[in-house]
Amino acid sequence: MRQRNGYLTAGLILTAFLAALIILGYFWTPYDPSAMAVGPKFDAPSLAHLMGTDNFGRDIFSRVLKGAGTTFAIAIATVAIGAVCGTAVGALTGYFGGVVDEALMRFNDALTAFPSILLALVIISILGPGKKYNVILALGLVFIPSFARVTRTAFASLRDVNYVKSARLMGASRGRILVVHILPNTMSVLLPAITIGFNNAVLAEASMSYLGIGVTPPDASLGYMLSEAQSMLTMAPWYAISTGLVIILLVFGVGLIGEGLQRRGREVA
Amino acid sequence: MKYAVKRIAMLLLTMVIVSFLAFAAFDLISGNPAEIMLGTQATPEKVAALEEAMGLNRPFLVRYGEWLIGFFTGDLGTSYSYHQPVWDLIAPKVLVTLCLSVLSFLLIAVISIPLGLRSAGRAGGRLDGLSTALNQLCMAVPPFFTGILLTWVFSTILRWFTHGKFPGLSEDFWGAVKYMLFAAVSIAIPRIAMTGRMMRSTVQAEMQKDYVRTAISRGNDRSSVLYRHVLKNALVPVVTFLAQTMAEIVAGSIVVEQVFAIPGLGRLLVASISNRDYPVVQAIVVILALWVVLAGTVADLINQRIDPRLRLGGGS
Repeated sequence: MRQRNGYLTAGLILTAFLAALIILGYFWTPYDPSAMAVGPKFDAPSLAHLMGTDNFGRDIFSRVLKGAGTTFAIAIATVAIGAVCGTAVGALTGYFGGVVDEALMRFNDALTAFPSILLALVIISILGPGKKYNVILALGLVFIPSFARVTRTAFASLRDVNYVKSARLMGASRGRILVVHILPNTMSVLLPAITIGFNNAVLAEASMSYLGIGVTPPDASLGYMLSEAQSMLTMAPWYAISTGLVIILLVFGVGLIGEGLQRRGREVA
Repeated sequence: MKYAVKRIAMLLLTMVIVSFLAFAAFDLISGNPAEIMLGTQATPEKVAALEEAMGLNRPFLVRYGEWLIGFFTGDLGTSYSYHQPVWDLIAPKVLVTLCLSVLSFLLIAVISIPLGLRSAGRAGGRLDGLSTALNQLCMAVPPFFTGILLTWVFSTILRWFTHGKFPGLSEDFWGAVKYMLFAAVSIAIPRIAMTGRMMRSTVQAEMQKDYVRTAISRGNDRSSVLYRHVLKNALVPVVTFLAQTMAEIVAGSIVVEQVFAIPGLGRLLVASISNRDYPVVQAIVVILALWVVLAGTVADLINQRIDPRLRLGGGS
């Protein structure tokens, strides 16, 4: 009998709740997020304005929904790039091995020694700061090596197990072996890696936008909003606190899912 | 000894690759520096003259070689936006960032190692699930948000320090350390959670081993086994992990320096990226990389001391 996995359940509930709010935010927000004077300036949180208002009298809750949407979309796009490219590289190098594998892994070692933010900043300064798609590209590229490393180990360890050998004997093509036979069995390491990647992406995007070189207006992102909020800390502390809490809850929820998945992986093993 | 030489050779090789990549990346894509420096006054003749003066018309490898030599002699070129030698801009800031990193590192090491050890001893207890959840929560807190909260509480409300008034390191050393302590705490919180967790799982795995059972069966009590035998074996992966943490501290300092208005390398880096001031960006990136790679090398050398077995295999 499988033990109850509280982390996974709690994480899924929290994340589903936030994701539902964010998706709702794409279609509907209580007020227009950029409309000024929908309420008094620096209004404390109330039923009319769940998270209060800012210096222009804009509704912070609506802005946070929109901003979280941007952050969420960027994180998902980033992880998608990192996971797909990283898994492809990891699968090929792990399964075939050889000189290319050695060379790529040494290169990988050098890259993973760097803090991801620094690498992303270098790429973004080359691509040009302040554009949404450049942020996605920069962060996506940065996350490829870590995914490649995780999947490479998994593919290498499954290269010579019996079911792969028998598939080979039955004349299955290499592509089929990699995708149909090995890939599903790497999920126990790939899924936790995706949750960690998602969290790193959220935090990295927020940091970069906070610094003003990630996403900049008119696209709202939680990181940029925090830098805005910092300047009104004395007048409207709820702006910074509510924006920061949304980031924390998002990362916390997905972190719990990752913890749950890892524990489940250990139980099965 | 042989290993140390090998490790240092590897360090140099890594740095050559890193600096080459940094140089090549900015050289290929940053456009013509002469044009950038001249700005709106650029005419083809002026650009050509400045290119000649800056030596931009010579082959790539020659320029890379010169830049590399310059890195060691303190000649890193001229900043586009400040029109000052890059080294003069960077030098006073290196020390600030170094102090901030060391301070954060000490916080992480001093708090997380005992914390990990203690919680490993109590694994499986009733509070275990709670502490795991708390751990995940700490990891979810972005350092710049902690920074903003700390500023609000300790600067705006309690007035323990004045935000934006960083006392210079040479003028008021302890004042500067006090100011940086708040920044170091923001950087350290998620890292303490991660390192503590890592320490805990390593100690737990180590406690399952035969030698621990033997030691306990011979009448040693649990805590003396923990401190005398397990700690030493559990330390190797943790030292490696702490070296990786150094990379994250550097990353954290880039952002947190901005939050607390600390005039360090990170702030200059961000400003230079916005200004597209490539010589400055290039130099800072290589210095930060050197710092990270150096930490990794030192960790490996320390691990050699802790665990002599690594000397035979050459380590990894």
